[in-house]
Amino acid sequence: MKGMMKYYGQKVIWYVATLIVAVFLNFLLPRLMPGNPVDMLVNQALTGSTDPGVREQVVQQYTEQFGLDKSLPEQFLTYVGNLLQGDLGMSISQYPRTVNEIIGSAIIWTLALQIPAIIVGWILGNGLGALAAYLRGGVDKVVLPVFMFISNFPAFGLGMVFLWLFASQLHWFPVGGGYAADMVPNFSWDFVLSVLDHYRLPFITMVLIAIGGQAIGMRSMSIYELNADYVKYSRFLGIRDLTIVRYVFRNAMLPQVTGLALSLGTMVGGNLVAEMVFSYPGIGTTLFDAISGRDYPLLSGCTLIITIMVLIANLVVEILYGVIDPRVKATQQDS
Amino acid sequence: MLHQIKQVFHSPKFVAGFVIFVFLLLFSILYPIFSPYGPMEMVGNIFYAPGTYVSVVDTAQSSEKVTMNVDTAQATLDATLTDDTRNKMKTWLVNQAGIAESDIDIEDTETLISLWNENYDPELSTGMITADKRAYERLNTQIQTLEESGGIILATEDEEGNLEVSEEVDGQQFVNVNDVTNKVAFPLGTDNFGADVMTKLASSIGVSLRIGLLAGLIATAIGLVIGLLSGYLGGWVDNLLVFITNLFTVIPSFVILILIANSVGQAARGPMMVALIIGCTGWPWTARSVRSQVLSLRNRDHVNLSKLSGHSLPRIVAVDILPYLASYVVMAMILQISSGILSEAQLSMLGLGPSTAEATTLGLMMNWAQKFGALTSMSWWAFIPVIISIALITFSLNLMNTGLDQVFNPQLRDS
Repeated sequence: MKGMMKYYGQKVIWYVATLIVAVFLNFLLPRLMPGNPVDMLVNQALTGSTDPGVREQVVQQYTEQFGLDKSLPEQFLTYVGNLLQGDLGMSISQYPRTVNEIIGSAIIWTLALQIPAIIVGWILGNGLGALAAYLRGGVDKVVLPVFMFISNFPAFGLGMVFLWLFASQLHWFPVGGGYAADMVPNFSWDFVLSVLDHYRLPFITMVLIAIGGQAIGMRSMSIYELNADYVKYSRFLGIRDLTIVRYVFRNAMLPQVTGLALSLGTMVGGNLVAEMVFSYPGIGTTLFDAISGRDYPLLSGCTLIITIMVLIANLVVEILYGVIDPRVKATQQDS
Repeated sequence: MLHQIKQVFHSPKFVAGFVIFVFLLLFSILYPIFSPYGPMEMVGNIFYAPGTYVSVVDTAQSSEKVTMNVDTAQATLDATLTDDTRNKMKTWLVNQAGIAESDIDIEDTETLISLWNENYDPELSTGMITADKRAYERLNTQIQTLEESGGIILATEDEEGNLEVSEEVDGQQFVNVNDVTNKVAFPLGTDNFGADVMTKLASSIGVSLRIGLLAGLIATAIGLVIGLLSGYLGGWVDNLLVFITNLFTVIPSFVILILIANSVGQAARGPMMVALIIGCTGWPWTARSVRSQVLSLRNRDHVNLSKLSGHSLPRIVAVDILPYLASYVVMAMILQISSGILSEAQLSMLGLGPSTAEATTLGLMMNWAQKFGALTSMSWWAFIPVIISIALITFSLNLMNTGLDQVFNPQLRDS
């Protein structure tokens, strides 16, 4: 038990350190660019306006807001201080709203879409990979390659194809958005139905993209395990096939869990852009709005939230890994 | 070496991927050479459907200055159908065909004619004197002839500026498309800027491949150096480098890409700059795997022998370690190229893609199609071919990678 605590303690400490670096990068990278960032921001915010009075006022506002008249370490402390108070600043493009407010309303949508999509895609992909390794034949030669090809599409590309084909042409699905355009979010039955209706196509897209990559990894792991000595020995002992498949699946699955942790960042990135294609009201769409609206505080808030989400997801996967992998448990008990 | 290359080309997966890739590469190099337009040139209106288009100005070809009276048929009809005739037609329609008087407007030639065509039948002219029956039949024939011939009169302008009939083009006449000089062919239609999608696609594939290649080279080089140093040197260097590598595998490279691309600013973000940024964020994968490979190589006998012989570090790395990594590094680079191309598309979709006046990329094409409503306006040709091209590029690269993997890792071969 003590070993367990130590293992998880180390993991948590490592992730906290990573988070600090991520926050630092989020702070530093935009400030590293040549020239005065305020000038650039002002130019971006004031395209078209030539009134020098307005310009001066905006310059002053930005300088104060970002604390650019202070030294870099001081700025960082202010930045972290604000973050700890949960203050991400004011949005420029949607002015009276704070970044917290905007991200707060968007994040529920993203979590509700991406977590189930990634988990379902992972489960289906592993199932398919194991089947392909065990059955061979049609599954291995036809079904798997089809999913492999699909997984080569970027999520947003497949999203565009599906939107055009199934929503615009065939009218099987609504054409984007999180709910019907004439509705106001509330807890009525109609609204929930509308949300589910709009949920289907983005969900299907993200699941389909995820299957191929997971399946191919699972297939080679399973083949490797199926040729292992313990399988031959079990067969020799006359253990039922189903039981052997269970052993094989469990052993082959472990690297897949780590694989999921490593590919989370990439998957989330593609899915976020897909959200934008579907005009789904999540973080991806907010990120796009921030970039096209040249809304720097909002952009910075989005990237920070995405990083935190991915870090937490990774931590959860690693903790799960510790629970299901007997070898990790063994090392914990040793120490 | 030669033997290995031969073996690689025996792998069906590698060959399939290689063929697709070479096809796309050739398309991107050759098509722009033969295409009459530039990739960004405005040659038509926005969102023309795929097909061949003939200029409407001189549909009928002529070397002289031509004024076309496109509406000739209509004008002749108007002239023939005097008010008197119209009233006669109306009378017939009301009395014989039983059409309500209010439905007939004798001023509206088109509706009157179509009503007439729908309802006129000589059999219905019962109870009329023969002369009137005949008159109506003649009127009908006249209307039909006018409708059918509908020839177009070509007129030339003489010195005094009067129009003179030079030629009459029959309505039934056809012109061979090959004889029309002023025409344009858009095999994939035009996009939102009125540029030929096929030409643009070819040049975009080229630029995207170049971005992917540069990004892949940079990412592989950084990853290789960090992996080699970390794995071979060990000690605190290893600890530090592993810490950094792990950091950047967990912090999504997507986020760092956005932050850097946004900070660089639109003006400085050319295609090669984007490739550089992508390359600088994509290395942790390669570094991790190179390190673990080097760790297993480090204590092999031949490396120890080199160390004992007093060879220098660069020599040991170059002669005793790198050759064992070569196949792996090539495979890693292939994957880096494909993920570089995808990253570019991702950045462009978010509006952080390369900004340039001469070159377009696959990502930019998708971004424009999305921005200008090609999805809702059913202009599939503006984005479906682009998305399929991206998928084919990554698919072919992944196939080649799998093929190579099977050749160099016999364990993975299909048993």
